[in-house]
Parts: sequence; C-alpha cells; structure tokens
Amino acid sequence: MSLSTLLLALLVLSSLAFYLGRKKALSAAGSNLRTLHSLPNYYGYYLALWAGIPALAVFTLWLVLEPQIVQSLVVGGLPEAQRNLSPGRLGLLINDIRNLASGNIVSREVAPGLQEAADHYVRLRDTSRIALFVAVLALAVAGLTFGRQRIRANLRARNQVETVLKAFLIVGSTVAVLTTAGIVFSLVFEAGRFFVAVSPAEFLFGTEWSPQIALRKDQVGAQGAFGAVPLFAGTLLISVIAMCVAMPVGLMSAIYMAEYAPPKLRTVIKPILEILAGIPTVVYGFFAALTVAPFFRDTGAAVGLTISSESALAAGIVMGIMIIPFVSSLSDDVINAVPRAMREGSYGLGATQSETIRKVIIPAALPGIVGGFLLAISRAIGETMIVVMAAGLTANMTINPFHAVTTITVQIVTLLIGDQEFDSPKTLAAFALGLVLFLITLVLNIGALRIVKKYREQYE
Amino acid sequence: MIAMQATTGRATDAAASPVPAFMTRDVCVFYGQKQALTNVSLDIHRNQVTSLIGPSGCGKSTYLRCLNRMNDIIDGCRVTGSILLDGQDIYSGSMDVVHLRARVGMVFQKPNPFPKSIFENVAYGPRIHGIAKDKTELEAIVHNSLEKAGLLAEVKDRMDQPGTGLSGGQQQRLCIARAIAVQPEVILMDEPCSALDPIATARIEELIDELREHFAIVIVTHSMQQAARVSQRTGFFHLGILVETGDTEQIFTNPRDKRTQDYITGRFG
Ligand SMILES: Nc1ncnc2c1ncn2[C@@H]1O[C@H](COP(=O)(O)OP(=O)(O)OP(=O)(O)O)[C@@H](O)[C@H]1O
Ligand SMILES: [Mg+2]
Repeated sequence: MSLSTLLLALLVLSSLAFYLGRKKALSAAGSNLRTLHSLPNYYGYYLALWAGIPALAVFTLWLVLEPQIVQSLVVGGLPEAQRNLSPGRLGLLINDIRNLASGNIVSREVAPGLQEAADHYVRLRDTSRIALFVAVLALAVAGLTFGRQRIRANLRARNQVETVLKAFLIVGSTVAVLTTAGIVFSLVFEAGRFFVAVSPAEFLFGTEWSPQIALRKDQVGAQGAFGAVPLFAGTLLISVIAMCVAMPVGLMSAIYMAEYAPPKLRTVIKPILEILAGIPTVVYGFFAALTVAPFFRDTGAAVGLTISSESALAAGIVMGIMIIPFVSSLSDDVINAVPRAMREGSYGLGATQSETIRKVIIPAALPGIVGGFLLAISRAIGETMIVVMAAGLTANMTINPFHAVTTITVQIVTLLIGDQEFDSPKTLAAFALGLVLFLITLVLNIGALRIVKKYREQYE
Repeated sequence: MIAMQATTGRATDAAASPVPAFMTRDVCVFYGQKQALTNVSLDIHRNQVTSLIGPSGCGKSTYLRCLNRMNDIIDGCRVTGSILLDGQDIYSGSMDVVHLRARVGMVFQKPNPFPKSIFENVAYGPRIHGIAKDKTELEAIVHNSLEKAGLLAEVKDRMDQPGTGLSGGQQQRLCIARAIAVQPEVILMDEPCSALDPIATARIEELIDELREHFAIVIVTHSMQQAARVSQRTGFFHLGILVETGDTEQIFTNPRDKRTQDYITGRFG
C-alpha cells in the first residue's frame, strides 16, 4: 500500500465521520430539530475534524521524522570503521545505501556490507510504513469514536468547527507573513555584511561604481568602487522617462474608455490594453533593443545628435509602454467609481463633457489616479529585463537620456551572474542594492495605498 | 389713457395667466424599446411652482429630465414630441444644450455637492458660463446665491471647507445655491426633500416659495402635503401618462379623474 492509499483511506474515514456525526446529532435531537445547538451539518464537520486532524498531524510528523530516525538506525548498524567516517563521506555512503535500497545506480562497487545495510534500510522503512498505517488509521478511528461520544444536542459544534477553521486561516496567513519576513531579514542581514566592508556613506553618496574586485593581488583596480549614486540616477532617469510616456497616454486612454467610448468598444479595448500587461518583459526588452534603440540612434544621426545604441531614452520609452496598462486600468477604475450623481450635477449646470471631466471627475478621482501612478512607478523601478537589454551596463553618471545608463536592478543581475564567492563585497553589494530597491518600492506602495484608501473613504 | 389702461389690464391678466415658460406637447420617451412616457402635454408657468405627483415608476423623473435634456446622457433614451422653451424647440439642432442647461437648472433627489470647497461648488456654474467679470463679482454671486438658498449664515465662516462635509440638508441647500448661481429661468427639482428631516424640509419649502418670485419651478414629490403646500399647479402621472393637470387646489379638493382621486386619498400608490 502506498501513502496515497492511506490518505484516501483517511478521506473516506472522515467522510464516514461526517455522515455518522450528522446522524448522531439528528438522533440526539429527536423529533425536535430546534433542540440542536447547531445545524446538523456542523456535527458532521465536527466529527470529521476529530477523525481527520489528529491522524493527519501524526501522518505529517511521521513523514518528517522518519528519514532521520531510519537513517540513524542504519548508521548505528554499520561496522565501526564506517561509522567513524567524516560527515561528508558518511553522507555519500548513506546516499549510496539509499540508492541501492530504491534500486538506483550506485557510485561504487556493491560490497556485501553495503548490500546488507541497504537491506536493513529497506526493512526498517517497511516496518515504519506499516506502523504508520496502523497508527494513523487507529488514531482516526479513535478520534471518530471519541468525538462521537461527545456529540449531544447541546454540543456547541458550530463554534468549535469555526474555531478550527479560523486556526487554519491563521496558519495560512502566518506562513505568508513569515516568508516575507524571512526574505526581508536575509536581505537586511546580507546587506549588513556588505556595510561592514563598505561604509554606508560611501555606498549611498559615492559617485563611482565599478564593483570589479581583483581575484589576484597584482591585478589593477583591486579595491572596486561601490558608490551607488550613478545607479540611483540611472533608475530615476529611466523611471521619469517611462512615466512621461505612461502618464499621459494611460490617463488619456482611461478617460476615453471611461467617458467617451461606447460600451461595446470599451469591452473590446479594455482587455486589449490589459494584454499589454501580460506580455513578458523580455519581449519588451528585445523590442527595445532591436527596434526602438536602433531607431533612435538612426534618427539621432539623421538630425545630427549622437544617441548611443543603448540609451536611457529607448529603455524608458519601452518601459513606459509596458506600464501604460497599469496607469490606464487603475485610472479607468477610479474614474468609473466617481458617482454618476457627480457627473449629472455638473451636466445639469450646463457644463460640457470635457469641462465635467477636467473640473469634476479628474479632481474627484485624483487621489486614486495618483495612487495608480505610484504603483506604476514602483513597477517601473523594479523592472529589469528591458533595461538590461536596451539601456546598457555602464554606470554613467548622467541625466542625458541619449546616453547609456544602468539601474539598480541591472546591477544586481550583473553582480550575481556567473560563479561568485558569496562573501566578497561584490556579491554582497547586490543585497545592499536589493535593500535600497525594496525600501523605495515599499515607500511608494505604502504611499499609493494610503492615497487610494483615503480616496475610497470620500464616497462611503 | 385708455390704451394705457388696456396695457396695464393685459399685464395684470398676464400675471394671472402668464405665457408659459415651457410648452410641452405629445412628449413620448423611450428607453430602448420600452416606452416610459406617452403623449404628455403640460405647460410650465413662470413665477409658479408646478408639482408632479404620481406613484413610483410612473415617469415623473423622466419627464423632468426631458426639460433640460438630461436624458441625452442616458444610452438608448429617445424623446419625441415638442418641448418649447419660450417658443423655441429645445430638441432642435439650433438649441445648444449648454445654454439650455444654463437656463434650466436642476436639483437632484440626492444632494450631490462636488468634492470641492463650498465656495467652489457655488462658483462652478458662473465660472463655466463666464457670468462673473471678475473675482469680486463672482464672490457677490456666490454670496447672493447662498443667501437666497438660506445657507449663508451657516457657512459664511467656512467657505473654503469641502461641501461634502455639510449635513444632508445643508448639502441640499448648497445644491440649490449652486443651481441658482447660474441665474436660470426654470429650476427643476426631483424629490429635493426625500432625504431630509422635517425641519430641513420646511426650510427648503420656504425657500421654494421665495424662489418662485424669480423663477419657474417644477418639483417632483411623493408627499401630497408638500405638493399642496408649495405648488400652484399640479400634474398627476400614472403609468407614463399625464392623467390630470390643474390648479393645485382643484386637484386636491376636486379631482376630475377617478385615478387622481384614488391616489391622493391614498387608495393606491
Ligand atoms: N435609465 C433608464 N433605463 C431604462 N428604463 C428606465 C430608466 N430610467 C427610468 N426607466 C423606466 O422608466 C419608467 C419611469 O421611470 P422614472 O424614473 O421616470 O419614474 P418616477 O416616476 O420618477 O419614479 P420614482 O417616483 O420612483 O422616482 C420606469 O418604469 C423606469 O423603470
Ligand atoms: Mg424619480
């Protein structure tokens, strides 16, 4: 029997428990259902939980602990000489035993001792499985019997079932929160290690970025420079260009969709715009690198401007196109949320459609629109692919959009590409950059959410 | 002298039965396929309050919204028949809807101040129509309108605070001030007191009575008492037709139609 059979059996038992619990409750209630504290189904769930949860808990725990226990037993059974191997070699040996046990290819000649150990391993595992089966099923039946005894007409089954449900929900959200916290913690921790090597002041205010550190003592540039200002400037420049594209286009298309477009057209246009948001950024990236950037370079050459073939302009514009759907979709939503009464009030005073939009609808929707912009900006700042492909890698300290620049995200990528030591400042710098990026987008998002929330309150 | 007298005589006569501001004939309204109004013919007179009563869904709001073409912004709404404002067909091509709505103001059932300051709310109309020459004149108009709407005393120290922060009754008076700031000829009110307490209602009724001096007023109401108190003429709508129209007193004391009688005596609604 396999583990899935056991799970299936558990499921069947729980369903049976549901049925039994319901039946017991009905018979406890007698002729008058109102004497039951909760609806009959709750007694069913109650009993199903009793049958399922303890058994499932033991099942999970068993599966987590079994490998360790079996392994230590197997190691205990090995000859003295092998038991005293170094941890690394012991690990290899155990691996071989396991592989042999499951019939895989082994990395050494199968010695009789090894075969014996593998057999021992298999025996132990089989025993463990049988014990698991017995324990789980027994526990399920015990839970069922115990829970069934507790069912009376006045048992507060609904409250107890709901408490258990709430516990599940809490566990779920705790996992999500803990994961986030873990990521942030590791970011802060590694960034802390970076700041031991490079002072925060140099990192935040230095204007020289060249993170190459010599592998050998006699190489030039052995120190590397970690002034991140050029990266901040590059990020800012590209984000500003992107917003210059996305803001007017997104807002205008939102206004058109919300106010002018006939409903039929709207149902077509809106999904199309949202498809833009679904295009993988790497596709935008090669669009930027292969089409837009050369186009700007050639146009620049034609009018006598030197535009490098990897320019902030190309990356910014394509990124702007990428975030148009964010701006337009969010703005469209908030514009639509402006109450109809507001429009009618304005029309009723003799305002034209464009006057109504400019003087009533946009001001009323402004906080929401700003919130949308902020979300779009934070998206732009975190974007990597387009910039890698179209803006170059040189950390130029410039605000000239015709030059190549680089951004925080791009540098993180280049710092971590390839084989790296994980304790040199070069790699750790990636974490410091990541931390800065995280803080920027965090502040933007919190700001955006605040604004959007405030806006919602206005009409409630 | 005799000629003079005749003129005077006609003038008094005209006051008693003035030339109507609105003359509507055979107005039908369709929402898509569904007909909401059938052949409504009604006159709206200056310096009078005309009330429209009738059970819910009978088309009172629909009729009211024809008078300033607010139905234009509803998809699939079609209006036929003739609606003349001072003899000019408001649905003809030569009528500019912006001018029409400046001449025919509207107050809605639910107060709907803009999320702007009290001052800006009232200044909105005069600004878009360029009524005020300069800032002082604009301020004068705003003060005047708030005064007429009976709100000035309550808000004169907080003109720059948001209009949405006022109480329901104050908001409704703000909306009335906003409407009269455009200096319209006709004011349409769709159940202006339905969200208000009796005191605020009484204030607005008083206000309507005062406004009658300058404007023609049409009010939709579900309150028979209100119609009887504030209006001089009453129209009774039922299932999309105008069943009966006449002097308010006559409608309420001596209705000609059985349906009117049933309605005002509360036998159906
Ligand atoms: N936008 C619309 N689309 C379709 N039908 C509508 C629309 N507005 C109103 N109607 C219909 O037209 C008819 C008249 O509606 P109207 O709003 O004029 O009634 P009313 O007399 O004002 O009612 P109430 O006293 O409840 O406000 C109703 O049957 C209504 O369902
Ligand atoms: Mg109505």
